Amino acid sequence: MRNYLVLRVAAKIVVPFMLLFALYVQFHGDFGPGGGFQAGVILAAAFVFFALIFGLPTTRRLVPDRLVETGIAAGVLVYAGVGFIGLLLGGNYLDYFVLDRDPAHGQHRGIFWVEVGVCLTVSSVMLKIFYMFAGRRRREDDA
Amino acid sequence: MIDSAHLPVLQVVVPLVCAPLIVLVRGSRAGWAIAVAASVFFLGASIAILMEVQRAGVISYAIGSWPAPWGIEYRIDAANAFMLVLLGFVAAVVAPYAWASVRVEVPRENHYLFYALYCLALAGLGGITVTGDAFNLFVFLEISSLASYVLIALDRDRRALLAAYQYLILGTIGATFIVIGVGLLYLMTGTLNLADIATRLGDVRQSRPVLAALAFLTVGISLKAALFPLHMWLPGAYAHAPSAVSALLAATATKVSVYVLLRFYFSVFGTTTVFTAMPMGDVLLALSIVAMIVASIAAFFQSDLKRLLAYSSVAQIGYITLGVSFASATGLTGGIVHLFNHGVTKGALFMLAGTIVFRLGSTRLDRMAGLARSMPITCAGIVVGGLGLIGVPGTAGFVSKWYLVLAAIEAGAWGIAFVVVASSMIAVAYVWRFVEVAYFRAPSDETSRLKEGPAALLVPAGILLAASVYFGLVPSLTLGAASGAAEALLAGPR
Repeated sequence: MRNYLVLRVAAKIVVPFMLLFALYVQFHGDFGPGGGFQAGVILAAAFVFFALIFGLPTTRRLVPDRLVETGIAAGVLVYAGVGFIGLLLGGNYLDYFVLDRDPAHGQHRGIFWVEVGVCLTVSSVMLKIFYMFAGRRRREDDA
Repeated sequence: MIDSAHLPVLQVVVPLVCAPLIVLVRGSRAGWAIAVAASVFFLGASIAILMEVQRAGVISYAIGSWPAPWGIEYRIDAANAFMLVLLGFVAAVVAPYAWASVRVEVPRENHYLFYALYCLALAGLGGITVTGDAFNLFVFLEISSLASYVLIALDRDRRALLAAYQYLILGTIGATFIVIGVGLLYLMTGTLNLADIATRLGDVRQSRPVLAALAFLTVGISLKAALFPLHMWLPGAYAHAPSAVSALLAATATKVSVYVLLRFYFSVFGTTTVFTAMPMGDVLLALSIVAMIVASIAAFFQSDLKRLLAYSSVAQIGYITLGVSFASATGLTGGIVHLFNHGVTKGALFMLAGTIVFRLGSTRLDRMAGLARSMPITCAGIVVGGLGLIGVPGTAGFVSKWYLVLAAIEAGAWGIAFVVVASSMIAVAYVWRFVEVAYFRAPSDETSRLKEGPAALLVPAGILLAASVYFGLVPSLTLGAASGAAEALLAGPR
């Protein structure tokens, strides 16, 4: 697809908006439909789209496998870490009430970071699955 | 800073957090060290929880400080506290064992994944055991199952991939049945908290959707527990998995599923629905007897030691459900103590089989001719474990079978008592197959060149084996905990 000028230009324009839309879905999840899971999928879709136009090797240079795997693990740690902070502040595990002086605001803060963790893991897992499928076919073609 | 009141949740969360940590660290040695630390913590926490439950009664923990029927509740009584100790004990012994075993059985680049998944499986099994929430239970069931599918597939042998795939299909069907059952219960009661479901079932206890839920849950959990005839995934999975995984899963995974069955039968549906209104007792009894006989005979005809042990596991699950089917204090005590005793014994046996894999590279019986001369400790260990499977006095297997026979006699079923003894005779036959090959055949060139297994494998296996003999000679500890668990279950909804 690298030789199709229209596609390349269009992709360059569309990808930033996809990323922005992912952020919108992520942070607007409190007030409307959305949240970490959906945002994660959209975020990954932006990279998948980029890979379709500019090729897998370019994308792998941009977002290396190592980074993707780290993202998978880090997201879970962020989520579980919020739980541990609840413990350290004297509440139960995953207790958001204690995260702020105002319990309602504490709930807000807790769910915010949990969703960050979800987004990180979901987008990384999506990308990992894409890399594995895309990478597999390529290797067999060479052989 | 974080006091012991939080142990119920730390029990699950510490191994859960260790999994992504291992992925971040990526080293195989560091991964192993973290997995060992998580397992040892799990054991310590489980013992502390068991002591706390025996001292102060049921522990309830509200996740996120949301009170019980609304939030997820972790609820631990004598029954799941005992299960936790079994889980912790086996995990804390298998994790150190894994180091040497995984090095020969799992490709090097996957070592860190192995240890991460080991922690995930442990977290999942622990979560199933502690949770008092039906949907949370399903989620943890999926965590442990997905982790074990991958753990099985990590073996170098490509047949492991097929076995894992088979387990994946059947395990997913089982999980689907469980979630349908939970959904029906939610439909009828509007709650997911197990204790709350039990109290709200009240008048609708015998309505059609509730009975359908009972049926779906029974089939789904039986698939996970490999109750005959839903055991088809088990022999392949245990035979081809890395030995450390076989040991962990054989000793804990099916046992946790049996615990879930007990929890739903006794604490949610109640004995009258399950055993009086529905003929679940008779169904379990019939299936248990067939499992004990048919799976034992199948074990006799296997040509591979790990596969033989796997079929023997199917038979031993029959013993456990036999105890459950009586729905009496003695029967349940026998079933639960057998759950523990068999877990420990079978764990030790799979670890010793793994020692043979380490040296011989295979567990085919025809390649083991005269093995006892070059690997005397390993073979002697397998014989001692085998005696435990048979139920020879002085081993843990005897204690549990004694209780099962007592329960049968108590129920006036002499025939069943006879079947228990008869199936033990078949166990003699399949254990003898190993003895005959390893002790009475002339060593081949291959086996005579082998050395005894390394201490890194023999010591952990020896600890489990010693425990299986210890709990046979001094059964008061396990029997006390098991009868406490049976009492807690028979007390009905908590």
